[in-house]
Amino acid sequence: MRDALGAVQSVLVLGGTSEIGLAIAERLAGRRAATVVLAGRDPESLRASAEELRAAGAGRVEVIDFDAQDPARHRDTLTEAARVAGGDLDVVVVAFGLLGDQTVDESGGDGAVRVATTNYVGAVSAGLAAADHLRRQGHGAIVALSSVAGERVRRANFIYGSSKAGMDGFFQGLGDSLVGSGVSVLIVRPGFVRTRMTEGMSAAPFATTAAAVAEATVRGLRAGREVVWVPGLLRVVFAVFRHLPRPVWRRIPS
Amino acid sequence: MPEPRTLTGWGRTSPTAARVADAPATGDAAAAVEAFVAAAGERGVLARGLGRSYGDAAQNSGGDVLDMTTLDRIVDIDLQRHEAVVEAGVDLDRIMRAVVPLGLWPMVTPGTRYVTVGGAIGSDVHGKNHHRDGTFGAHVRSIEMVTPALGRLVLTPESHPDEFWATTGGMGLTGIVHRATIELMPIETSAIRVDGWRTDDLDQTMSLMAERDHEYRYSVAWIDCLARGASLGRSIVEFGEHARRDELPPGKRSASRALRFNPRDHMPAPPWVPSGLLNRFTVAAFNELWYRKARRRREGHLVAAPAYFHPLDMVDGWNRIYGARGFLQYQFVLPDGEEAVLRRIIEELVEQRAASFLAVLKRFGPSNPGPLSFPSPGWTLALDLPVSFGSLADLLDRTDEQVVEAGGRIYLAKDSRLRPDLLEAMYPQLGRWREVRDRMDPQHVMSSDLMRRLPALSGPLAGAGASTPRRRGTP
Repeated sequence: MRDALGAVQSVLVLGGTSEIGLAIAERLAGRRAATVVLAGRDPESLRASAEELRAAGAGRVEVIDFDAQDPARHRDTLTEAARVAGGDLDVVVVAFGLLGDQTVDESGGDGAVRVATTNYVGAVSAGLAAADHLRRQGHGAIVALSSVAGERVRRANFIYGSSKAGMDGFFQGLGDSLVGSGVSVLIVRPGFVRTRMTEGMSAAPFATTAAAVAEATVRGLRAGREVVWVPGLLRVVFAVFRHLPRPVWRRIPS
Repeated sequence: MPEPRTLTGWGRTSPTAARVADAPATGDAAAAVEAFVAAAGERGVLARGLGRSYGDAAQNSGGDVLDMTTLDRIVDIDLQRHEAVVEAGVDLDRIMRAVVPLGLWPMVTPGTRYVTVGGAIGSDVHGKNHHRDGTFGAHVRSIEMVTPALGRLVLTPESHPDEFWATTGGMGLTGIVHRATIELMPIETSAIRVDGWRTDDLDQTMSLMAERDHEYRYSVAWIDCLARGASLGRSIVEFGEHARRDELPPGKRSASRALRFNPRDHMPAPPWVPSGLLNRFTVAAFNELWYRKARRRREGHLVAAPAYFHPLDMVDGWNRIYGARGFLQYQFVLPDGEEAVLRRIIEELVEQRAASFLAVLKRFGPSNPGPLSFPSPGWTLALDLPVSFGSLADLLDRTDEQVVEAGGRIYLAKDSRLRPDLLEAMYPQLGRWREVRDRMDPQHVMSSDLMRRLPALSGPLAGAGASTPRRRGTP
């Protein structure tokens, strides 16, 4: 149960090895030693993530199996998460996602489909499962890690960008459908975040960190916001970008 | 089955959804309540009155809530025994309108008349006469309720002391009260004779109250929370007595004039009030004016009871002035001898500019046998804090610690953010309360968001990393 000043008792991270997901869990769980459930595919990395969280002040940290590409099992994942958490789930962070390799994926192979099914289909399925679970609780928040890449899709990363555009739109609608249910949806739209996922890439302008994204997310949750941009300035930048003519937009370099 | 809708407490923080049903206004109330409790789902049931508790005590997310305000009959008023039999959804406003013309007054009234009798019992509310008369529960002669495990019960402090006192202050978690008999006091007029003092600092405020309290039935201090430095704790201290008939001006002494009680409330607080309206500067200006306006000492002026007891009731929905994010109230009690801690806490809140309107300071008398009843002998301070204040969470967590270390506690009816691991230390009889509750409701059918947020209300905490409670029988 979340308290009046935003302290939570439990957090579920879907994509439990995501650096941003972990940073959010750490910030949410640290103050009152909340229970964290990390859900993901690789038990080895999940256990390492759990260690990090414990060291950072989380209370109990549990690890469960979850695969974004196996939608049939998503509802069970939520039930299992609540069981190991020992009660209600206060915050569910939808943190999983694949960046892919645009150049390779464009030219064949199953890379593009994996990005699309993970980032969009997986998010739709897990989002609905989370919404259903929280609705029955009568309270809770879903944090959806979107990206500015989905705000206007670019030539340079349109496979990833379009998957985020779809998932962002899905969570906007899901949030609207949950008004009055006690459940809220917070969409987080970071710019370029320096993490393992972007290692080796040259940072885009307005690059940020997982810690900054987590901080903005926690503040957004407390304030009851529906969307946060990280850094906040990107909201203004994209208000302009959205209206650039296509011939100009397609020349924006990666 | 009604559709879920969102509920909040008076502070308007933490909305959660529940299925809300009306208690049937006609027919056998006890049977209807019994059926409601029997039909409880996995997330349990809870009774709700007028939603005046500040936090989440009257919310039951994902479960069922019984709106008791439809059970609003005054069943009987006994002029000889000075008591009223009422349904649990009746509020003190209705009771006062009915009994004041008869020369009677509820033994205890909190700062608002808009609390139901059921809610007043569940929170074991107190008023400005606690130092003399104790809590609301201390003047409840009998409770009729439905419990999940023991069915219908009629409780008196003599017949069922354990169940009676677990229910009084039990935050609605022992069952659903549907009727009660409450004691009334005889009054000659509906006016209060007030002796008011303006004090310069906290020492003066506290010594005045400690010395003069026993001379008066009612006593309270309004602290100007924006006064700092040497003026820290400057207050208006108000002592009051029910005025006698012969103290009224001649010409206003007829029975009907003397016992007139017709407060006209409902000046609405506009819904568009911006949350910035109550900022440090407007509050400071208001407090300065209000403090200057008071005379150093003013004895024997007559005030209508509603203006004395329930000044905020005059503004309908005054909780909206704090804006959309809501606010919380922090109320704690510290034992006598811990005045230094009280001073330190006030200093910190003032230094951090937590910008409360005014804080209310009062001395409590002896506590009652209720294990979860809040009042205990010493000083209680209550202050409103708007939620937008940035570092409030950490500040109050630290304050909790100081309160515990000094042997004090916070008031559950006001709470919306207590550190869960401190509840048991604040209420040393919590284990005793759980034992009695587990006899009345072993499955924890009665449940609330307060109980989910403070798992020690369900069972003993298992070390660090408290988990949310689950009803027994669910996986």
